[in-house]
Amino acid sequence: MSKPIIQVKDLSIFYGEKKAINSVNVSFSEKQVTAVIGPSGCGKSTLLRSLNRMNDFVENLRVEGEVLYKDQNIYAPKIDSADIRRQIGMVFQKPNPFPKSIYKNITWGPQINGYDFDPDALVEKCLKRAALWDEVKDRLDDSALALSGGQQQRLCIARAIAMNPEVILMDEPCSALDPKATSRIEDLILDLRNRYTIIIVTHNMQQAARISDETAFFFDGDLIEFGDTKEIFTNPVEEKTEDYITGRFG
Amino acid sequence: MTTKERRMKQDMLFRWCCRIVTFMALGVLLVLLSHIFSQGFKWLSWDFINSYPSRFADQAGIKSAVWGSIWVISFTAIFSVPFGVATAFFLEEYSNSNSKFVRLLQINIANLAGMPSIIYGLLGLTLFARGIGLGGSVLTGSLTLSLLILPVIVIASQEAIKAVPNSIRYGAYAMGARKWQVIVGQVLPAALPGIMTGVILSLSRAIGETAPLIIIGALSYVAFTPLGPFDDFTVLPVQIYNWAGRPQEEFHEIASAGIIVLLAVLFTMNLVAIMIRQKFQKYRM
Ligand SMILES: Nc1ncnc2c1ncn2[C@@H]1O[C@H](COP(=O)(O)OP(=O)(O)OP(=O)(O)O)[C@@H](O)[C@H]1O
Ligand SMILES: [Mg+2]
Repeated sequence: MSKPIIQVKDLSIFYGEKKAINSVNVSFSEKQVTAVIGPSGCGKSTLLRSLNRMNDFVENLRVEGEVLYKDQNIYAPKIDSADIRRQIGMVFQKPNPFPKSIYKNITWGPQINGYDFDPDALVEKCLKRAALWDEVKDRLDDSALALSGGQQQRLCIARAIAMNPEVILMDEPCSALDPKATSRIEDLILDLRNRYTIIIVTHNMQQAARISDETAFFFDGDLIEFGDTKEIFTNPVEEKTEDYITGRFG
Repeated sequence: MTTKERRMKQDMLFRWCCRIVTFMALGVLLVLLSHIFSQGFKWLSWDFINSYPSRFADQAGIKSAVWGSIWVISFTAIFSVPFGVATAFFLEEYSNSNSKFVRLLQINIANLAGMPSIIYGLLGLTLFARGIGLGGSVLTGSLTLSLLILPVIVIASQEAIKAVPNSIRYGAYAMGARKWQVIVGQVLPAALPGIMTGVILSLSRAIGETAPLIIIGALSYVAFTPLGPFDDFTVLPVQIYNWAGRPQEEFHEIASAGIIVLLAVLFTMNLVAIMIRQKFQKYRM
């Protein structure tokens, strides 16, 4: 196991009075794919959003505990949350390309953040990494909204890559896609795993087993089990994990 | 009669009702237009557009009114658009919509949008014409019309901003954007077609306003074009109103000719609105 890049320490998250994450401790390893699984409503998205402070935009949300990114607590007062999001990118459940051209979707982030870059080269590099280049290279100035759902999601991944992040968070990135588009994205994630740390929420057990190195199983706000994906899927320690993986509930 | 037949009958009945009502409205409009055109068309000429008003109908023209309208509407746009759009962004993106103050503000804006325009005229007279001594100038006229259309611009812009899905904002934040970058770089361009439509529709309304401008003292006989914002002026609808009130039949006819010019201006503005919308709607949501 490689060294941890994100360490979650005694993290609890509340929506008003309601506790959605309950004193969770977990480490995410660098340049690995970690799958976060668990039944609906167990707090996967809440946890994921807390890793790059996207929870800041949720009203009435309170965070206790620490999230260390490279040994630095991202909830420390002096931390600039925008700076965290530059290093920890995010891909959402529903593809949300910007209503701009394909080209601008890639360049917008680096541009507003004042990165020094060659736009043509960046667009080509990111679209190639996101396995989208061949499909769109002749229509980079077309609206991103004219792409299919699967292409849009790969564009969102390319857009995240353009920021040159260390970590990419993905919240059920395939749930709005058909099996073919899903398998393309899975291939893409396998491609990217040596370059980026990927933390992916998924409801699809086969997907978690196929693409992840490590798996975290959540239930009702608690981290029930965390470990090597093979171990978890073949030989889970907790009964709840086994029940969930074998489809007995959730 | 089976249920299916009855439903189909109802469907047809409803369709015909809609059709008849539409044609009735169109019919009234057509009668109005044909009346105006039959009266005014023969007076339309380059001389008519390029002459100052006169005591003699056959020498009268609308040059001063056309230029007055252009001056007033340009300044109205300069005053109202930045304020209106900025207010809409403040209300939608920055203010806390649950606060009592903001809700009060919102209700007031909605009420202001429905206020009779003559009241704005009285306000303009007190505040701009007399209060700060601008008199019956282009500035007074355009400031008054700006107040008049500001609420409509605010509301239309708010609707356009609301229509931008939050997923776009979150996507932008996830790229490390700051709030102003999200607003200027994503929300504004996405909302622009809607904002533009609202702006041009309210400017079209302003260009047709008569009452508030008469109140603030727009002149009806102006034998010059304004050279600056502090000059006196008249506008198309005031000129038309003046001619229409004269006893002689010829003046009624040139009033119709003036209406045709005003309609042409409005038509052009709406055309521009559509073109702008088309251009920006390349990236439809
Ligand atoms: N904005 C919110 N306000 C209040 N409660 C919320 C909010 N978002 C989520 N919750 C609650 O927090 C709990 C965890 O939600 P979360 O969205 O993290 O679950 P999830 O595991 O991602 O579920 P799913 O698999 O359905 O996406 C749920 O009980 C949910 O009802
Ligand atoms: Mg979720």
